[in-house]
Amino acid sequence: METILEINQLHKNYGTLTAVDHITLNIQKGHVYGILGPNGSGKSTTLGIVLNVVNPTSGSYKWFEGTTSNHDALKRIGAIIEHPNFYPSMSAIQNLELVCKIKNVDKIKIQEKLAIVDLLERKHSPFKTYSLGMKQRLAIASALLNDPEILILDEPTNGLDPQGIRQIRDIIQKIAANGTTILLASHLLDEVEKVCSHVLVLRKGKMLYSGPVDEMNRNHGSIFIDATDRGALHSFLKEKTYVGKISTREDGLEVMLYEGVDMAQINKEAFENGIVLSKLLHKKQSLEDQFIELTSQN
Amino acid sequence: MKRLLDIEFHKFRNSKSSKVLTIIYLVIVVALMFVGLYELEIKGTKASLSDLGIFDFPFIWHLSTYLISFLKFLIAIVIVSLVANEYSNRTLKQNLIDGLSKKELILSKFYFILIFTTILTALVFLVCLLLGLIYSSITEPNLIFINIEFIAAFFISHIAFFAMCLFAGVLVKRSAFALGIIGVWGIFELVIFGISSYLDLKFGWSVWDLLRDVLPLNSISNLVVEPFSKVSMVKTGIETLSQSEFEKDYGVRWINVIVCSVWTTLFTYWSYILLKRRDP
Repeated sequence: METILEINQLHKNYGTLTAVDHITLNIQKGHVYGILGPNGSGKSTTLGIVLNVVNPTSGSYKWFEGTTSNHDALKRIGAIIEHPNFYPSMSAIQNLELVCKIKNVDKIKIQEKLAIVDLLERKHSPFKTYSLGMKQRLAIASALLNDPEILILDEPTNGLDPQGIRQIRDIIQKIAANGTTILLASHLLDEVEKVCSHVLVLRKGKMLYSGPVDEMNRNHGSIFIDATDRGALHSFLKEKTYVGKISTREDGLEVMLYEGVDMAQINKEAFENGIVLSKLLHKKQSLEDQFIELTSQN
Repeated sequence: MKRLLDIEFHKFRNSKSSKVLTIIYLVIVVALMFVGLYELEIKGTKASLSDLGIFDFPFIWHLSTYLISFLKFLIAIVIVSLVANEYSNRTLKQNLIDGLSKKELILSKFYFILIFTTILTALVFLVCLLLGLIYSSITEPNLIFINIEFIAAFFISHIAFFAMCLFAGVLVKRSAFALGIIGVWGIFELVIFGISSYLDLKFGWSVWDLLRDVLPLNSISNLVVEPFSKVSMVKTGIETLSQSEFEKDYGVRWINVIVCSVWTTLFTYWSYILLKRRDP
């Protein structure tokens, strides 16, 4: 599989503060990556470094398997970092024309990209008259101008209202459907869960996890189970290899699972052991639970 | 180079304040042409400024370049705000992400200064030429272009000054502060001159002469020295007052040309180094 970005032992200090702590990772073509991490965990700094804006203290990174210089690589990338930054008195068109000149691409794309983000109606208004949602959408249009191989979005829905968030999410999903690799930094977990296939979790500049979203935590969720004879159920479950911690709740037992189990199988075995289940419910662990668990460790 | 110039002129074209300041500059320069038409009534006889001989070739080259040099502060505001606004709008970061390297960013600003100053210089040249042709009695080409080096000096001093503005803009990131710092530097040079002339007087050194040619703002303004004492009326006045013959070197001195070129290079290079080292 084609590697788009390779980061090797990247490190950044701001004075005595360590923002990024020896991070190593690979970004593969075609995936949608979410970068998760609490505020100040080094997400933006890492992105800033690979975008040639922040100077790393040590370590290296390589775009497109090193086939182009890091500077030329930027012309094949689309990125927005933090707030949308444009010239306030220029209109959307004028701002995008400037980006075209910087990226060396034809102006023809402007209309098409403005249509994707639904800004055609306001294309002649100065940037300073835009709402935050519109500014954010213009930033996405700008990042798309060169038909990038990878799109990097840093907190694209920060400060937006629910409609704005929905709009941005729809746009991201549309772009991902075209096969564009996306790197999405966010602390809105629900957003990442909805659009990303892979996640990277950062905390205090360190990488805690990197891999597919559904493998983020090794456990397989939990089941809520109850029977008329709770004591018998408890001893029945204790003997099973797939059962982890059992905690007693008012409305039944919550059982952590070590491996994937067929719910019908549990029901059948319990019945054969003379236990009649009154409740059986499988609960997948949400990304939020996993994230909180991961980042609160150590 | 064409791409970088295109980028910078796009920014300039779409900045209202830059355009307004440039238009004010151009209007004043062109208006200068009509000053000569202004007629004064002194004791019943009509006299126009042109009768003083100040619009005569080759003196016009010197006078106009000197006078118009004062207007460079208008363009300085344009340059400083084009640089500092990149910081305040955070577009510098966006430009870098979009694929403009830090070197290209400084180069695009420098090329802009170069071309913009060339246009201004060409305009000043045309205005002077027209003024001279209208008011001067001299029409022989070899006499007309005799002091044309003042136009070149005008160009070099403006490039150096604008490069200083570029550096100040990158250094402090805010238009007003950048202009302030140039002002403070000007005062600093004056203080240095005060101290050095005192030291020279006391110890018999000649630091003043050296500093006069080395410090940036002074070498920029010394490229075109004041022309007024050259006007015969004023000159006789000074000589009567001081009871001695008044002599001064009015020409463009090579040392100033070289020092200004060195400052231009340094300011541009320092801007690049500063940008490169800093995390925006």
